[in-house]
Amino acid sequence: MKITFPHIGNSYIPIKALFEDLGVETVIPPKSSKKTLELGTKNAPELICLPLKINLGNYIESIAKGADTIIITGGCGPCRFGYYCEVQKEILKDMGYDVDIIVLEAPEGNKKEFIRRVSKIANTKNIVKISKSLKNAITVLKKLNALEEMVLKARPYEVHENEVDKLYNNFIDKLEKSRGSREMINHLNNAVEMMKEIKLDKNREVLRVGIVGEIYAVIDDYCNFDIGKKLNKMGVEVHKSLSTGEWITEMLLFRSMGMSKEMKIWEAANPYIKTCIGGHARETVGNTVLYSKEEYDGVIQLMPFTCMPEIVAMSMMPSIQEEKNIPILTLIIDEMTGEAGYLTRLEAFIDLLRNRKDKRISQTVDS
Amino acid sequence: MPIKVGIPSALLFYDYYPLWITFFEELGADVIVSKNTNKEIVDMGIKNTVDEACLPVKVFHGHVLDLKNKVDLIFIPRITSVSKYEYICPKFCGLPEMIKYSIKDLPEIIDTNIDFRKSKKNLNRTVMEIGGYITKDVKKIKNAFEIAMKEYSRYKDLIKKGFLPIDTLKKDIYSKGDFFRGKAKVLLLGHPYNIYDPHISMDLVQKLRKHNLTVVTCESFCEEAMNEKAATLDKKMFWSFGRKILGTVLSAIKNDEICGIIYLSSFGCGLDSVIGDIAERRIRRDSNKPFTLLTIDEHTGEAGVDTRIEAFVDMIKWRDEHENNLSPHRKFIHSN
Repeated sequence: MKITFPHIGNSYIPIKALFEDLGVETVIPPKSSKKTLELGTKNAPELICLPLKINLGNYIESIAKGADTIIITGGCGPCRFGYYCEVQKEILKDMGYDVDIIVLEAPEGNKKEFIRRVSKIANTKNIVKISKSLKNAITVLKKLNALEEMVLKARPYEVHENEVDKLYNNFIDKLEKSRGSREMINHLNNAVEMMKEIKLDKNREVLRVGIVGEIYAVIDDYCNFDIGKKLNKMGVEVHKSLSTGEWITEMLLFRSMGMSKEMKIWEAANPYIKTCIGGHARETVGNTVLYSKEEYDGVIQLMPFTCMPEIVAMSMMPSIQEEKNIPILTLIIDEMTGEAGYLTRLEAFIDLLRNRKDKRISQTVDS
Repeated sequence: MPIKVGIPSALLFYDYYPLWITFFEELGADVIVSKNTNKEIVDMGIKNTVDEACLPVKVFHGHVLDLKNKVDLIFIPRITSVSKYEYICPKFCGLPEMIKYSIKDLPEIIDTNIDFRKSKKNLNRTVMEIGGYITKDVKKIKNAFEIAMKEYSRYKDLIKKGFLPIDTLKKDIYSKGDFFRGKAKVLLLGHPYNIYDPHISMDLVQKLRKHNLTVVTCESFCEEAMNEKAATLDKKMFWSFGRKILGTVLSAIKNDEICGIIYLSSFGCGLDSVIGDIAERRIRRDSNKPFTLLTIDEHTGEAGVDTRIEAFVDMIKWRDEHENNLSPHRKFIHSN
């Protein structure tokens, strides 16, 4: 059994740690590239959302490298993501691939089946071993998320250009080459320490922008054309409202348990949207309101073309923009999106934010 | 003066209109249904909705605008789920919000949450909440709901006999009721609000009938058989539309009476991208029935659609004449 999985951001690193701890062979799909997207687009339904197309490309490339088992997470709607596994199964079958697809979910609340699937992947029935490996993998994931957050915050202030990037890329390289969670945790601890030592010029005029939207588009840097780096280079500090770590804990502990942070987001979203409508629409609205309270300069909403929950959220954005006095830009991504046009829109938005801030500063000086 | 309740004749209107209209009328309200979809309504809708929304949602906005200055209350329930463990569509869950934030100065909205995902236990409370907008008399609401349900089951019986919801809207259905006897059958798939709205579908049903074909839809299939077939899917379909459509497809594959399948989808529909694809793959894999997918949005030209329908009908007739029911063309594509 050679297991593979789709890419989402850097999550392949903790997944690699998990399976190495368990002693299961994995095939990490080649980094998402134009070829991946082309393979996916060619074989997927025309109007399905972009994440499925990239995922499908990942599988096809992994199968070429020898993978025979695919794991994906499930869900029960109402967003399309819950039915990804079935669509992908049908497509791969029609393409003539003979692969096993294991969906990580409890079908209609059947916990026994869930445990059976997990132990099949983990190649062991030892619950202690599984949960220990899982715990370590989550530690890797959380530390990695923290590092990513630091990078997005520090990059616009760096005194020597590209210093942060060099360090970050160097560590990602090291993580890819290391085996098992213990080694990775060591590397990550070092990375955080070294990040703190990078010289930053905190006196710079830097804008702050929050990123909200559909989780895959927010997290995966191939999907969003590395929006974080692009904005950083324009002198903007970036905060992403969603991370894989939070998503996983949410999946494991279930949304309904209502962790304090989530409740805060929902409360903020409440005047606009009261129920969960699938995907992250409620979080998009809630986080936008929270960013405005924290006095961010602007918010960017990212979503794949035809994403249903985000379209609902999008229709509320003009009202939020007006009532909360925060500029919002919605960027829609699909396989036809050109990078140059995308960059122009980002630049125009940042110019607008900068003018707005200058005006506000001069007004306060005058009065 | 009685309260005027407006019901937009779009989206789930075609599934539930006898229930909704009778219920409000029995409560003593003056029910005003928006005009049939026309170009003006579509244009108004497009102007007032986010660009990314699908055509039916845009049309719904148009219908709400049509009612805006004519009524005291508008009925836009948040229909989250109508059967167990199933949803309608994310956009339906957020529909009242979409309307509220897209159209200004609206009359009061009846935006009761209709959610039977976990159980139907809260049915009574839901009915009371909706009725409460009109009257505080609990008995009257109960009574009105019973009468409305009777009317609704009468409507459902008509549908089972082979009438389509658009036929029941006409007054003299029985005199024209011979359009479903003993002719070649074509299965028309898609969301009811796309199929049954003559403006959105460009009168697809009548066009097919003019070609001497009987049109059957998901609604004409036996619900039990449909559910049985849908249960054979590896993962439970969590959209009610999806369960119906895929269940119908799986039964239709084995049904020799059906000589062609058309899927009418609206551009950008998230559900159709999944359901349509699975349906198409199953049909192509397990049967040799002709299948075509028609995608519509506000820019679709009628001539193009007509051409595709004519080609499809020609293909069915051509097969009928040559009787061997083989399509060398399609076989060739799939034998790589």
